[in-house]
Amino acid sequence: MLETKQISCMDIAGSIFSRIEDIDEDINAYIRVEKESALESAGRIDGKIAAGEKVEDLMGIPVGIKDNICTKSITTTCASKILENYVPVYDATVIKRLKKRDYILTGKLNMDEFAMGSSNENSFFGSVSNPWDTGRVPGGSSGGPAASVASGEAICSLGSDTGGSIRQPASLCGIVGFKPTYGMVSRYGLIAFASSLDQIGPFSRDMEDCASMLNIICGHDRHDSTSIKTKTPDYKSFLKDDIKGMKIGVPEQLMVEGMDPEVKSAVGKALKMAEGMGAEIEEISIPNLKYALNVYYIIAPSEASSNLSRFDGVRYGYRDRTAKALRDMYKKTRARGFGDEVKRRIMIGTYCLSAGYYDAYYEKALKIRTIIINDFKKAFSKYDILISPTSPTTAFKTGEKMDDPLTMYLSDICTIPANLAGLPAVSIPAGLSKAGLPIGLQIMGDVLREDNIIRAAYSLEKAIAFKGVPNI
Amino acid sequence: MKRISSDDVKHVARLAELEFSDEQISRITPQLDKILEHVARISIVDTEGIQSTSHAVEIKNVLRDDIADDSISQEEALKNAPEEEDGGFSVPRID
Repeated sequence: MLETKQISCMDIAGSIFSRIEDIDEDINAYIRVEKESALESAGRIDGKIAAGEKVEDLMGIPVGIKDNICTKSITTTCASKILENYVPVYDATVIKRLKKRDYILTGKLNMDEFAMGSSNENSFFGSVSNPWDTGRVPGGSSGGPAASVASGEAICSLGSDTGGSIRQPASLCGIVGFKPTYGMVSRYGLIAFASSLDQIGPFSRDMEDCASMLNIICGHDRHDSTSIKTKTPDYKSFLKDDIKGMKIGVPEQLMVEGMDPEVKSAVGKALKMAEGMGAEIEEISIPNLKYALNVYYIIAPSEASSNLSRFDGVRYGYRDRTAKALRDMYKKTRARGFGDEVKRRIMIGTYCLSAGYYDAYYEKALKIRTIIINDFKKAFSKYDILISPTSPTTAFKTGEKMDDPLTMYLSDICTIPANLAGLPAVSIPAGLSKAGLPIGLQIMGDVLREDNIIRAAYSLEKAIAFKGVPNI
Repeated sequence: MKRISSDDVKHVARLAELEFSDEQISRITPQLDKILEHVARISIVDTEGIQSTSHAVEIKNVLRDDIADDSISQEEALKNAPEEEDGGFSVPRID
């Protein structure tokens, strides 16, 4: 529509910002709105289009960015008091790539502090509400990126996924959320939580926009030594409505105990559709997946405790001014600058890495990580994709799990395995519960086999025909 | 696995350069104990002869030539500093 000039970038941006002005008071998806600069960019891009410049995918499209991705000269807080006034002096690689495409930055999106959480209740800037029911959580840690796209406060957004932080909120908000293969998207400029698990990925309403976003953000970057040197495919070429002959495994370990029966039945219905389209479905057992959550809650906090040691009040961020000596300043800065969940994870990680416990916790977890990876290799030698629910439940009530960290951790049980093995995975909407809450379906693929995931997700998206829009 | 005590929590807090009040210690100790008890269930898994994985997608020897490139300026590096003095980061006295 931009190409045929039926609509201008200014129109699109204008409608997004009026939506933000109307509803963000209730949703709280944004930590910072960049209206002025966005409208300026929209005008500039309209000028380019009027002058006959070719309209590329996502040119002039309003995109929101999770607030742990560095944006030059624009405050980037990680939803933490410790970075409340941090202004990056450089752009993350993904931002550079989006800028090259003339995207429009709507603003910086709310999240769980340092991406630690499954409900977006751990933000220094207040919790985010689910657009489908504002008394419920949007999921986390990318609650802002998910809620903004679901409620029409952005067309697409970027989040990060360490244990499910893209897929679980996408599931709870009824949109598409994709975590690419570890190493396909540069982490340069993503404020690190757990470096061996973190991956940036897009949120969108449908698979087509998702593939367009992947085309822009994926690719090698010399600034990230874990970035994979491989030719980046055209992800849009995998948007094929055809899964005939595709082999789908359904891991019984991800159909967890205590799962909401409505979630189970929505996933079952989608599997029936896949079968009807000619895919071969088999229930499989990946026994060691039952240790994934345990392994994750050793590895992720361990890496976090190391990564977050840089926040000490010296080079950037908050500093406690009452301390008279250096170590006291470190302690008070960190005690007052970090929220409860971040401190909890730093403590778990420090414990797991400390003398006397390293072998029993951290080293042991790394070995079981190998076992889980090998199990997945075996599974993908027989199956093209694995399907499961994304989250065992629909969106839960705000406050419901805040007093019990372990119960909160269990919300990531279906999503964590993909991070441990570096696998690509997507969550797509599979339907609504009787209470009108979205249910998500997860598709995992082998390393660098985004093609299979996109093909299956696109075909199922057509079959499921999810039309739900939150009534807000 | 042994249960963790409030003294363990105080010890780990010192290692992590964190500070908790007594009230916070009594709240956080059972939480950490419960989490650590849960994750420690992996002790039953046989990992004899298994290599550890620190990176899921194997990449070997990422090297590059040492070429001088632009970097951020001193002014930019100090832009976010809570305190600076004479072009450097300033901190309270070292005890």
